[in-house]
Amino acid sequence: MRKNKMLTVFAVFVFGFLILPLIIITITAFGKGSAITFPIESFSVKWFVKVFTIKSFRISFLTSLEIAMLATVIALLVGIPAAYALARSGLKGKGLIKSVFLSPTIVPGIVIGFVLYQFLVLSLRVPVFIGLLAGHFMVTLPYVIRVVGSSLEQFDFSTEEAAWSLGCGKIRAFFKVVLPNITSGISAAFMLAFINSFNNIPVSMFLSGPGVSTFPANLMNYIEYNYDPTVSAVSVLLMAVTVLMMVIVDKTLGIAALAK
Amino acid sequence: MAYMTLKDIDVRYDKKKQVLKGLDLEVKEGELVSLLGPSGCGKTTTLRVVAGFIEPESGVFSLDGEDLTKVPVHKRNFGIVFQSYALFPHLSVYDNVAFGLKMRKLDKGQIEQKVKNILEICGLSEFEKRFPQQMSGGQRQRVALARALVIEPKLLLLDEPLSNLDAKLRINMRMEIKRIQKKLGITTLFVTHDQEECFSISDKVAVMNQGVIEQFDTPENIYQRPKTEFVARFIGFENFLSLKKEGNVYKTEAGAVFTVETVKDGDFVAGTIRPEDIRIAGEKEDHNVLSGTVGVRTFLGKSYQYEVLTAEGKFLVSRPAEEVYEEGSTIRLYLPESKLILVNK
Repeated sequence: MRKNKMLTVFAVFVFGFLILPLIIITITAFGKGSAITFPIESFSVKWFVKVFTIKSFRISFLTSLEIAMLATVIALLVGIPAAYALARSGLKGKGLIKSVFLSPTIVPGIVIGFVLYQFLVLSLRVPVFIGLLAGHFMVTLPYVIRVVGSSLEQFDFSTEEAAWSLGCGKIRAFFKVVLPNITSGISAAFMLAFINSFNNIPVSMFLSGPGVSTFPANLMNYIEYNYDPTVSAVSVLLMAVTVLMMVIVDKTLGIAALAK
Repeated sequence: MAYMTLKDIDVRYDKKKQVLKGLDLEVKEGELVSLLGPSGCGKTTTLRVVAGFIEPESGVFSLDGEDLTKVPVHKRNFGIVFQSYALFPHLSVYDNVAFGLKMRKLDKGQIEQKVKNILEICGLSEFEKRFPQQMSGGQRQRVALARALVIEPKLLLLDEPLSNLDAKLRINMRMEIKRIQKKLGITTLFVTHDQEECFSISDKVAVMNQGVIEQFDTPENIYQRPKTEFVARFIGFENFLSLKKEGNVYKTEAGAVFTVETVKDGDFVAGTIRPEDIRIAGEKEDHNVLSGTVGVRTFLGKSYQYEVLTAEGKFLVSRPAEEVYEEGSTIRLYLPESKLILVNK
């Protein structure tokens, strides 16, 4: 039993280490003073109000939303068939192809950012928005392939064969039998991809250009010049949105879908 | 006249390993034929060729005189029951069974009538609204069967459908399958590695080994007259002795003379006999006799089973409990010519 007690203490310590900073940030967001202080001297919500008055925040937030949404949808459109093909075919270089698809999770974001900057922006001179979208697509695709792939691995392919035998053509069977059974994987992939795109800094830093910048990149910029509780307030809002999304996923699919 | 024919089918995996080697099989209309064999013998591959999941490298598959070798799965109109049942998890029992009919664009009333009818035959009427994960293995099995049968297939293919069920249910289900199969008169191919299951259900059995059919016969004939040593071993024969033909008799390498009732082509064959058919030789028997030393003795209730070590190897002999032989003693075994079966090696 002694051992268990030690474990509990350790677990509490680790959780404290993870959660305490978040609590402190949340508290500082409600401070009245113009610098981030802890503990706060008096209570106010004015920094939350300020967040919405800063125009660059508003614009970059919408840009980020747009980029994350588009990149994720494209990644799903490309990733689901790719994951299906990888799971279904007895291709020789299957392992290699899988690693190539997953490489963006292994290669540091800063490298991907730089490479894309060199290639898309300097050499090809694609418009900033398209470049940004391409970069985020690369960041999100591995999540889609990984999560949808593992969902497909649990899918019994004889179910698909059964559909064929009942007179269902291959493409139709994919929509009628395969897709409905991997929806939880697809939603999980969507969430992971979306959050990762939305939070991404290294790739966005390189690919942002005049007039187009993402929210996290903008926030970084802001912090460099202003160290006031607005940053804390933004953080709290972002956390709230993420928690809300998680709750929705948990209520509709079960959080296990994300861990799959 | 054969209804279903496989002719000279070759299948290779990855262009290397040959799984089926010139396989031939003919099935009559309404018959239930089993493919029996150890894992890796090619029985499931044969079924998948018939189903259309695998296109053979060469050979022809035809049904009712029509060459179907290159016809895709979804146009073959065969009912398939998979080992894992492969029910659609997102659909209710009713929708699972109706799936094939919807693909055929039947009108709603017709679908409903057919689904209800087959659910009734399979004893599933009360489960219509359930989902597969809410059902037991035996029930799922019946849904899978109903789903395969409702499309009125030209052929029913069963891939080890009973292997995930417990022993008692398995016996019930196989009688159920046979009953439904006979009632609908549907030609059926059944893959299994369980000989008891296969003998009890089949009109004919094809015993397979390494991509070829070793023997295609009625269950009775396979059990009583196996043609090859492989078939004999697979259905449970354990006593084998090598024989060489000399004139009208067969001789072992040591020179012991054996006569047999049945005839067999070939000079080098194997003789095999069941433990309970071996007798103890009397004074006057001078052929069909093997001497040996009694080894391990096992009491089986009504009888003793002995391991007898002979010049031809180990023989299992079953003798009534009243007759006792001590371990280490020497006995002479008599292999009656009517019970000794010759098989190809």
